[in-house]
Amino acid sequence: MDLFEYQARDIFEKHGVPVLGGVVATTPEEAREGAEKLGGGTVVVKAQVKTGGRGKAGGVKLAHSPEETAEKAEQILGMDIKGHTVHRVMIAQGAKIAEEYYFSVLLDRSNRNYLAMCSVEGGMEIEQLAVERPEALARIAVDPAVGIDAAKADEIVTAAGFADDVKASVAEVIQQLWTVFKQEDATLVEVNPLVKTEDGSIVALDGKVTLDENASFRHPDHEALEDKAAADPLEAKAKENDLNYVKLDGEVGIIGNGAGLVMSTLDVVAYAGEAHGGVKPANFLDIGGGANAAVMAAGLDVILGDEQVKAVFVNVFGGITACDEVANGIVGALDLLGDHATKPLVVRLDGNNVELGRQILTERNHPLVTLADTMDGGADKAAELANA
Amino acid sequence: MSIYLNKDSRIIVQGITGGMGAKHTALMLDSGAQIVGGVNARKAGTTVTHKDHEGNDVTLPVFGTVKEAMAETGADVSVVFVPPAFTKDACFEAIDAGIGLLVVITEGVPVQDTAEVWAYVQGKETRMIGPNCPGIITPGESLAGITPHTITGKGPIGLVSKSGTLTYQMMYELKDLGFSTAIGIGGDPIVGTTHIDALEAFENDPETKAIVMIGEIGGDAEERAAAYIKEHVTKPVVGYVAGFTAPEGKTMGHAGAIVSGSSGTAAAKKEALEAVGVKVGKTPSETAALMREILASLCRLRPPDAGAHLLTEGEPRRRTASSPL
Repeated sequence: MDLFEYQARDIFEKHGVPVLGGVVATTPEEAREGAEKLGGGTVVVKAQVKTGGRGKAGGVKLAHSPEETAEKAEQILGMDIKGHTVHRVMIAQGAKIAEEYYFSVLLDRSNRNYLAMCSVEGGMEIEQLAVERPEALARIAVDPAVGIDAAKADEIVTAAGFADDVKASVAEVIQQLWTVFKQEDATLVEVNPLVKTEDGSIVALDGKVTLDENASFRHPDHEALEDKAAADPLEAKAKENDLNYVKLDGEVGIIGNGAGLVMSTLDVVAYAGEAHGGVKPANFLDIGGGANAAVMAAGLDVILGDEQVKAVFVNVFGGITACDEVANGIVGALDLLGDHATKPLVVRLDGNNVELGRQILTERNHPLVTLADTMDGGADKAAELANA
Repeated sequence: MSIYLNKDSRIIVQGITGGMGAKHTALMLDSGAQIVGGVNARKAGTTVTHKDHEGNDVTLPVFGTVKEAMAETGADVSVVFVPPAFTKDACFEAIDAGIGLLVVITEGVPVQDTAEVWAYVQGKETRMIGPNCPGIITPGESLAGITPHTITGKGPIGLVSKSGTLTYQMMYELKDLGFSTAIGIGGDPIVGTTHIDALEAFENDPETKAIVMIGEIGGDAEERAAAYIKEHVTKPVVGYVAGFTAPEGKTMGHAGAIVSGSSGTAAAKKEALEAVGVKVGKTPSETAALMREILASLCRLRPPDAGAHLLTEGEPRRRTASSPL
């Protein structure tokens, strides 16, 4: 889960990372109040969107009074930045910046450890710096068993080439940022820019944090950080039912078991769609192992609620799951949904107890259900029906 | 022969008394695997009873620690079914006890926990598979995990995959040919055994004649595997990659299955594999067809009776709409 800048700021503050005052606002009036709370002086009004390049898009503006803050907030709220609508702004205290640095620590999948990256040339896009001047970006591996202790922090600031007058204070902030990474179960903590102000203090001016959702069982407070308003309404509904659902832009609803098989089903449907007016998969939905009637009904309910969906492809390989249970799930779901079920369903079952499963569906003979023998055949039929 | 797991493997189950643990202990026994006991500190000294593959009752002892279980039963493999919150400690315990093969089935383990376990296992004698994986099956010999043992039997194909259900699908597509070993390495950002590890083991396994490698979006494991194949693998490899239609920035079920910017895309993985001569199928059925062609050509290259054994095990070949042979 990616956090907004203001959420990252709050988490930094909680762990003692030096940050400037910041208040989040969703209306110009709240923005004015926020500016007053921060002392009424110069502030920066910053669009809160989970994408880069907001400065260039006009999403970051200076304001010198509470009134001007409200005006600037009004201009920014509702803006579209790379497809993200701005629903919130952060009113941030202004800072007199002397120097800009860069620091991040992240999960390094390839090396199965963590990677700290640090540069005395912050502010710009780090991808650009890494390509244009790779020698300016220190990259130091971090052992998950040890983390960033004083010695590692010193190694990082030395490799990045910090001047002696700031080395110790930057190293201290880096250790605090490690605490954020570790204690919050993050997979990314990035500060860009990390600044030295004119009075010589080190401040994290803008932060990006990604949290590991698998660790939510030990962070009950992380649930409140979810951006429920921005989630697609169908995704929100699926989440309420503990379904693993991702909304896509297409006409063929997909239900399957197992993440890999469902991903593969999306691809196979997309290929099949090429011969049927270019129809595409409408979603990813993995119902997991035990596909009982209730889970199947909840899944079908979400998919049938997608107005774009014209046909549904249920693709299940019964490994441990028995196909007769899945078939009963489908029949039960259709009965539960009654008149709400209006779109054709193509069902492909294979594996454990497949004959019994097919028999249940054949005997029920539901007018909406078509049985398919193979994954490819089912995808083709579903694409054809979606294009009808 | 096979890789990592064979008929002599002696298996314990960490979390044998839990729902998943009990269910899959029964299924592993049904496959003919030698399950010799389990671990649950709170139920040490008790037993659990299941049926073996011949329908006879098997009573398994529950031990307080992995160390004790290994000492009493001679176990060399542990399968972990404990909940995510306890998985890290369960792994540390098994590694400390010196288990040879540690198969972590548990889904939803925090990635920092896995990173710590991976750091801990370095230099130790344990091979770790998973987490968030279906485990490993050597058909007809043993099963350490949740892969259905009824899909297919022994044969010449080695399979390594990030995904459980795609493993099952591929075994099903090629069920008339059979598999030496099929290993599901898991879909998390960090896993203990990689595509490369499995490729190396299959290359060295005389029973494996050809390899199917199944990947999916996220990370660069497939690209690294491609580089490894180019340098070290002489056996034919067929590939499949899932997730061409996955949008950027969305996690597709597996915690590790996410395209970030231009990295981790299915297209890049397919391209990397094809660049080193791996034939990559567009769909599971096309991938299976490619494997059939390769095995058929291996047969043609050999004297008739030397290659014939490749196709004699399991069911006779079946013509289906989806397989061109």
